[in-house]
Amino acid sequence: MKVLSNYFKSLFLLELFRGLSVTGRYLFKKKFTVMYPEEKAPVSPRFRGLHALRRYPNGEERCIACKLCEATCPALAITIEAEPRDDGSRRTTRYDIDLFKCIYCGYCQEACPVDAIVETRVYEYHFEQRGDNVMTKQDLLTVGDKHEAQIAADIEAQSKYR
Amino acid sequence: MTLEKLIFYVLAAVVILAAMMVVTRRNPVHSALFLILAFVACSGIWMLAEAEFLAIVLVLVYVGAVMVLFLFVLMMLDIDLAVLRAGFIKMLPLGVVMAVAMAAELILVVRAENFGLDKYAAPARHAADYSNTEEIGSVLYTVYMYPFEIAAVILLVAIIAAIGLTMRKRPDTKYLDPTNQVLVKRDDRVRMVSMDAEKG
Amino acid sequence: MEFFISLWEALPAELQYLIWTLIKIIVIVAPMMLAVAYFTYAERKIIGYMQVRIGPNRVGPKGWLQPIADAVKLMFKEIVIPTNANKVLFLIAPAITLGPALAAWAVFPFDEELVLADINAGLLYILALTSVGVYGVIIAGWASNSKYAFLGAMRSAAQIVAYEIAMGFALVGVLVAAGSLNLGDIIKAQQGGLFSWLWLPLLPLFGVYVISGVAETNRAPFDVAEGESEIVAGFHVEYSGMLFAVFFLAEYANMILISALTAVMFLGGWLSPFQGWPVLGPLFDWVPGFVWLVIKTAIFMFLFLWLRATFPRYRYDQIMRLGWKVFIPITIVWIAVVGLAVVYQLPWWFD
Repeated sequence: MKVLSNYFKSLFLLELFRGLSVTGRYLFKKKFTVMYPEEKAPVSPRFRGLHALRRYPNGEERCIACKLCEATCPALAITIEAEPRDDGSRRTTRYDIDLFKCIYCGYCQEACPVDAIVETRVYEYHFEQRGDNVMTKQDLLTVGDKHEAQIAADIEAQSKYR
Repeated sequence: MTLEKLIFYVLAAVVILAAMMVVTRRNPVHSALFLILAFVACSGIWMLAEAEFLAIVLVLVYVGAVMVLFLFVLMMLDIDLAVLRAGFIKMLPLGVVMAVAMAAELILVVRAENFGLDKYAAPARHAADYSNTEEIGSVLYTVYMYPFEIAAVILLVAIIAAIGLTMRKRPDTKYLDPTNQVLVKRDDRVRMVSMDAEKG
Repeated sequence: MEFFISLWEALPAELQYLIWTLIKIIVIVAPMMLAVAYFTYAERKIIGYMQVRIGPNRVGPKGWLQPIADAVKLMFKEIVIPTNANKVLFLIAPAITLGPALAAWAVFPFDEELVLADINAGLLYILALTSVGVYGVIIAGWASNSKYAFLGAMRSAAQIVAYEIAMGFALVGVLVAAGSLNLGDIIKAQQGGLFSWLWLPLLPLFGVYVISGVAETNRAPFDVAEGESEIVAGFHVEYSGMLFAVFFLAEYANMILISALTAVMFLGGWLSPFQGWPVLGPLFDWVPGFVWLVIKTAIFMFLFLWLRATFPRYRYDQIMRLGWKVFIPITIVWIAVVGLAVVYQLPWWFD
């Protein structure tokens, strides 16, 4: 009897019609597509996008060239060279991040003892020439200066969970 | 020259060229494709001869089904051309003799004395609504009923024989029967179990 | 104007006939191409909507210009011919696929008098042409000199041979019931409203025809010849640019053809569904037959997209089982039933 009803079901395509009715109903469901350039999806304060180097409020760069980020980077995307500055403090002379190698894991940010290297919310960026993918120290500082308010707010928002 | 004659000569030339290519091409797949071209051109010629049913069936059966299976097999074969051509020179005299004999027979039989206009009058042109399909159907199912049915049975026997010769049970293959697979329902494989949530 | 008329009359009669036929062909093929272009747009929109997306909406208002943008893009792309590919066959394969898909429209009755070639064996002609279409796929797969393409071609060949038979048998049922091979006569045999059409007495054949039509056009859920998850894109992996576009055109033209044929064979073509009904019949009398045909065709075209949005791809051996072990027996049994009904003039349809 069960075999018979199974044959009946498959012969009259009953299960297939049920499937069709599901997609048929979805045809009229409300769509929730985000119209991207005009609308944007909400971004978490922990979002890991483009990198930035930060400064202290007095304009002094935070990075002290401890190279912890370079050591922890799993993709070997960070290259740092450092030497003492004229006033005797230790500072980087070169701080490059190859964004093609970077996997945006955020370990550099975690490793940084002075909150110098951070990953910002910025995810809309592109390169127009070969070599542009390597962010130099100057590029990173510029990004940091531009988004400092947002970065500070994001770090503040996360601070109690750390 | 009327348009009809022009079409006939073009199609006839295509048939002959394609048939020559069938036997001269080295690549068997090319030969098969030229054979298809010959079939299609032939069907055009039959169409001119008011045999539209046969013309279309030639395309439908030979081009559409038989040659697909031919190509299917030919494309999968890994034919060593050197071995294939090895006996060419040795067999050439025999081949030439056969070809000459067949050509001679054809020339002896098919000529004006046997098939001239005085023996067979040119058939009258049919009206536009003449249905070749109906004619063939009515003849096939009345006058030639028995030969037709017998031919069908012979074909069936051949199919069954071919299957019978090649079919064998192979215990070592792990063949899955799709019939049983598609009949499986969710309830046959999935069991819903209700249990208490773990105390965390 | 007079000059052109006199020029026209100066031409020999055969040339005039040839030119007229060419004009008619263009009148059929040009809207066909446009329909294909917007069918791709409809596909992306409808499948998008079924997946709770909205589909293309950027090029032009509501994305209306998307198919044109796609066509322009494909035209300007480079045509890559693989090394060791058989150049001639590689180049003619797309044309072989597209040719039959368009040529089949020659015998298609758009309205009572609107046929390019009103031939007696129209049904056979269409069957023959649809079976020739597979060569494009086979040759493309073989000439590409690629394993994936070859596998796709083999699958397609076996599948089409299997489903061609089921489809042919389904059509045998139609021609037994209608008593003619001429498509116009098949429609005329279905006179008399929704329930006099052949879909009802031939319901099993109708189902088999629609499903094997989907299989014949290599569409989901029978698209193992493309099977992007297993063999990349099947027979057209190596094709790019305009050559790929021609394959694309052929696939969609075939879908439209199968939809239109289903409308003709089983849903009474240009006939009104309310023909001869008391109130609705006269109410819809003014609608031209061509409109009914387009509506019926559109229903099946939508069905093609609906199926694609709903079902996962069949496994290859299951396709073969369905074709040989399910469809062919069903069609043979139902042909016998229809034959008996016609001989004994069963009431309502066959009396």
